[in-house]
Amino acid sequence: MAIEIYMPALSPTMESGTLAQWLVKEGDTVESGTILAEIETDKATMEYESIDDGVVGKIYVADGTENIAVGQLIAVLLEDGEDASVISDAPAQKAAPVAVKTETVVEEATPVAPTAPVVNTGGKRTFSSPLARRLATQKGVDISDIPGSGPHGRVIKRDVEGYVPVAKAALAPSLDGDAPFEEIKLSNMRKTIAKRLTESKQTVPHFYLGVDIELDNLLTARKELNNLSDEYKISVNDFIIRACALALKKVPEANVQFGGDVMRHYSRSDVSVAVAIPGGLVTPVIRGAEQKGLRQISDETKALAKKARDGKLMPEDYMGGTFSISNLGMMGIKQFQAVINPPQAAILAVGSGEQRVIMKDGAVTSATVMSVNLACDHRAIDGAVGAKFLGAIKTYLEHPSTMLL
Amino acid sequence: MTQKFDIVVLGGGPGGYVAAIRAAQLGFKTAVIERENLGGICLNWGCIPTKALLRSAEVFHNMKHAADYGLVAGDLGFDLDKVVSRSRGIAAQLSGGIGHLMKKNKITVIEGDGKLVKPGLLTVSKDGKKVADVQATDIILATGARARELPHLKADGKLVWTYRHALTPNVMPKRLLVIGSGAIGIEFASFYNELGANVTVVEMLDRVMPVEDAEISAFAEKSFKKQGLNIMTSASVTKLDKKKNTVVCTVEGKDGKAQTIEVDRVIVAIGITGNVENIGLEENGIKVDRGHIVADEWGHTGVKGIHAIGDLTGPPWLAHNASHEGVIVIEKIARDRGNKDIKDLHPIDKGNIPGCTYCRPQVASVGMTEQAAKDKGHKIRVGRFPFMGNGKAIALGEAEGLVKTVFDAKTGELLGAHMVGAEVTEMIQGYVIARTLETTEAELMHTVFAHPTLSEMMHESVLDAYGKALHF
Repeated sequence: MAIEIYMPALSPTMESGTLAQWLVKEGDTVESGTILAEIETDKATMEYESIDDGVVGKIYVADGTENIAVGQLIAVLLEDGEDASVISDAPAQKAAPVAVKTETVVEEATPVAPTAPVVNTGGKRTFSSPLARRLATQKGVDISDIPGSGPHGRVIKRDVEGYVPVAKAALAPSLDGDAPFEEIKLSNMRKTIAKRLTESKQTVPHFYLGVDIELDNLLTARKELNNLSDEYKISVNDFIIRACALALKKVPEANVQFGGDVMRHYSRSDVSVAVAIPGGLVTPVIRGAEQKGLRQISDETKALAKKARDGKLMPEDYMGGTFSISNLGMMGIKQFQAVINPPQAAILAVGSGEQRVIMKDGAVTSATVMSVNLACDHRAIDGAVGAKFLGAIKTYLEHPSTMLL
Repeated sequence: MTQKFDIVVLGGGPGGYVAAIRAAQLGFKTAVIERENLGGICLNWGCIPTKALLRSAEVFHNMKHAADYGLVAGDLGFDLDKVVSRSRGIAAQLSGGIGHLMKKNKITVIEGDGKLVKPGLLTVSKDGKKVADVQATDIILATGARARELPHLKADGKLVWTYRHALTPNVMPKRLLVIGSGAIGIEFASFYNELGANVTVVEMLDRVMPVEDAEISAFAEKSFKKQGLNIMTSASVTKLDKKKNTVVCTVEGKDGKAQTIEVDRVIVAIGITGNVENIGLEENGIKVDRGHIVADEWGHTGVKGIHAIGDLTGPPWLAHNASHEGVIVIEKIARDRGNKDIKDLHPIDKGNIPGCTYCRPQVASVGMTEQAAKDKGHKIRVGRFPFMGNGKAIALGEAEGLVKTVFDAKTGELLGAHMVGAEVTEMIQGYVIARTLETTEAELMHTVFAHPTLSEMMHESVLDAYGKALHF
């Protein structure tokens, strides 16, 4: 029986993708683990490995074919002893998985086992723990969309808790006027950025709060830390990530997400950090950043930024996040306002630290000051909460020793 | 002479020797440095020898109650030396067994005191004389912990004992004071009480076994008192005045009122402190906080190639925690060095580590207490089932006990399970598996429990949390 190869779902949100290029041709012998093709999703280009042994009998879609639905037949492998006669010319279309949304009624203290969760039948069984299935049902997400981190990829509690259906943020591109131009086709990433941020600006009622933060104490602490060892180099941004994570913990009303008729309150600070990469940007996530020290945050941020620039981010690296930071300080930007990265409810736009003249106790003096702006989703966060949260960030950054508490 | 290894483990206790076995299995050239006996405190001076003593006490208890079962036992008594030597024999047998395991896995055992010179290098000395230099890319510190001492409660081995002395008594004290009602203190209290000593337990906090669920503590305390133990909670021993063959202890209550108690022996069981001294920590920049090494979730100390596991890194001070951490730290090293077979590796989930105390009645638990669950903001459902309602318990003559379960009302997650009564230390594993597999109340309800067993109470307790208990 020939083995049919279908378009894989390489990320939980992937509905279709581009077959960037085949790395095997008809007649090639492949074994489990051989890379068959490179597939471009809306976020990254990923390698698609064979899970079977055989000979490539037929390839149905050419290099560069776009918009191939997940589940579409793309090739056939012949098993030992089979010849090409078993292959039909007209590729059977495998039923494309239908996204099934389950209506969830969450009733306090009515813990009767709910009906079996609806499984997205790509024909693949999703292994998951009973608790994960129940949490997914209560959250209204499809368990088979969630990447599993348990044994053999089993979906467990922490995967469901850490799962946010979609994310990504960026600045919108613009092309206009009569000037000479060249039209370049949008990459999948660019399309995603456009779609997500348009949606954000059109549907999320943004409001902005700005504050100036004095950095001298932080810079002293940073210098001291970095002089102690050559093994790490803590950046100002690492301090900002930690400060935001702690502030989310301190003002949990800000660690929320608007969800139609529910509000989601997070108990962990998963901080997305916008990283510019050729052709756009991605937002890898520092998970549970409130529990991580500066060193760990620094190491993780560096590793993720490198992966991002190399185009090697995995879905688990950028999925989710409960809050975002966009820092253009290193590029000399004094201050700016960022677009919220939906479905998150807030993003901090960080400008550069610079020597400024300030008044202190009635006297003119100077300090290193950084302007930041917080954009909030007013459906989820009100002005006073936003101000309290921004105040907490300011306190942490101005008195960095409080981050040790 | 410098010996070279891939991995060297400092300390041959349940953390260290298990780490060494796992390392050898993964193809690393491995050595263990041990200053005393393989198997560490657990096997030589802790878990195992105390279980041997407590078994003697249990059999003795049953003999005393022979008549309840229609049996006749005349001339009851015990030979303390033989009770102790049975316990020591079992420890020796098992320690020898670890030696065989080391040999079987081709692990080099180096006897002596190991000390970190710098990352990648240890020196081993015996009786103050250097016996070897040992090189290894990765070093696992697993030196364990010892009884905590306070200046005014110092053990002398004669009148004032630590667990070590209490394991090898040469006389049976008529009157005994136990300071601390954690697992160690209460097990010894149980043992000596069973063999006829008049035992007083002093606990600083307001209940015995304060880490357990409050309801379980209260249940156990009531049972201890019924057995004749004197329990003094919210009290502390402020002074030990040693006479020739007795100790006059000053015990101060919360109200500041002091009283004196004269006893023959005192056991100090006021906690544990890590063996962090003289192993080269400060020199190498390894952080120590309140007597324990600071390590991350993977056991890494922050200094390249130096890891720490088990009691040395802080609570829970449990052998099974140390062993599990030992396996994880080795597998992490293997994975970091490119071993593709290591999959599904995760740091230990401290919420899923069971705790067992082998006093009579036994106490066992896993996960959050009712109070902890409430403090964490969970809306909860609590199930209880008493041993009185279980056929097997009554047939055994062990009708005293309680199985308590705590569920999250919204998600059905089993947040914690707490048991007191006969054999609960064997039963707790069922709930630990349930937690590890993340079952909800539904799967536990659907599980068929064999009849007649004590384990049926685990089912009934879950049912009770949802108002469906059948036999009570």
